[in-house]
Amino acid sequence: MSQGVEVVGLYVRDQDEALAFYVDKLGFRVHTDLRNGDYRWLTVQHPEQPSFQLGLFAPGPPVHDAATAQALRAVVAKGAMPPLVLTVADCRAAYGRLRERGVEFTQEPVDRYGTVDAGFRDPSGNGWKMIQARR
Amino acid sequence: MTARAGPASQDPDLLRRLLRAKDRIDAASHEAWPVERLAQVSGVSAAHFARSFRRAFGVPPHRYLLTRRIERATALLRDTDLSITEIAFHTGWESLGTFGRTFRDVTGESPGALRERARAAAHQLGRVPACHVSAAHRPELTSAVSEKRRRVAGATNGPSGIKGAQ
Repeated sequence: MSQGVEVVGLYVRDQDEALAFYVDKLGFRVHTDLRNGDYRWLTVQHPEQPSFQLGLFAPGPPVHDAATAQALRAVVAKGAMPPLVLTVADCRAAYGRLRERGVEFTQEPVDRYGTVDAGFRDPSGNGWKMIQARR
Repeated sequence: MTARAGPASQDPDLLRRLLRAKDRIDAASHEAWPVERLAQVSGVSAAHFARSFRRAFGVPPHRYLLTRRIERATALLRDTDLSITEIAFHTGWESLGTFGRTFRDVTGESPGALRERARAAAHQLGRVPACHVSAAHRPELTSAVSEKRRRVAGATNGPSGIKGAQ
């Protein structure tokens, strides 16, 4: 067995919308999609990273009371969740491809610190930095 | 409109659209951002925009724009050899005088002094994504620049009674 971090989750406003975004636009794959009443455990995986899952979780019952769920949705929608970084081989090529698919970019590719980075958000407001891998 | 106060009571869909306006300021802080333009990005009326933005992000949109410009100017002073005049125009000011005055009001030092100090203290930031570096260096602009100017003037010349007024 290998030890380490297996799942890290994001809060999203709508799991179907998030699934469509991460799978259809970013090219992730569904790893687990299980429902139990109101609860839905949904994780996706980067095709080149089989040991890690990104959870796409919706604030709400049965985990959160209404006020807490509302506060979490507000924090996500304000873009106040922690930074996320996606490593890509070619930032400009990925930017062109994702933009064509309708990804909302917040920053065009910029050369700096010896690499290239761009920024985008998922539909909920989670912000990603897309950074070209250093060779 | 609801009578409840506090950020949690704002509609998340509205917040998401306000975030889009904030992102646009971040992406092009050198451009002019009149309230009408920002309101259009967010799909709300100009009358509601400034208040909603302030409630969501804690500062009025114009003040947020100023902090981003100062932040960018600070980075250019630190990382490039552009002249102070060039930096003023690159970061969206129409006059060098306004740039210098606002910069001093916000950061407490002149652009030239900051450049010298930053260069002396040059350190390695290359491994942290640039946006997080600049966020860490974002000036804390919690009161209006004009207000700050008045307070400083009050502290220097005025009777002590007025200087803490907020």
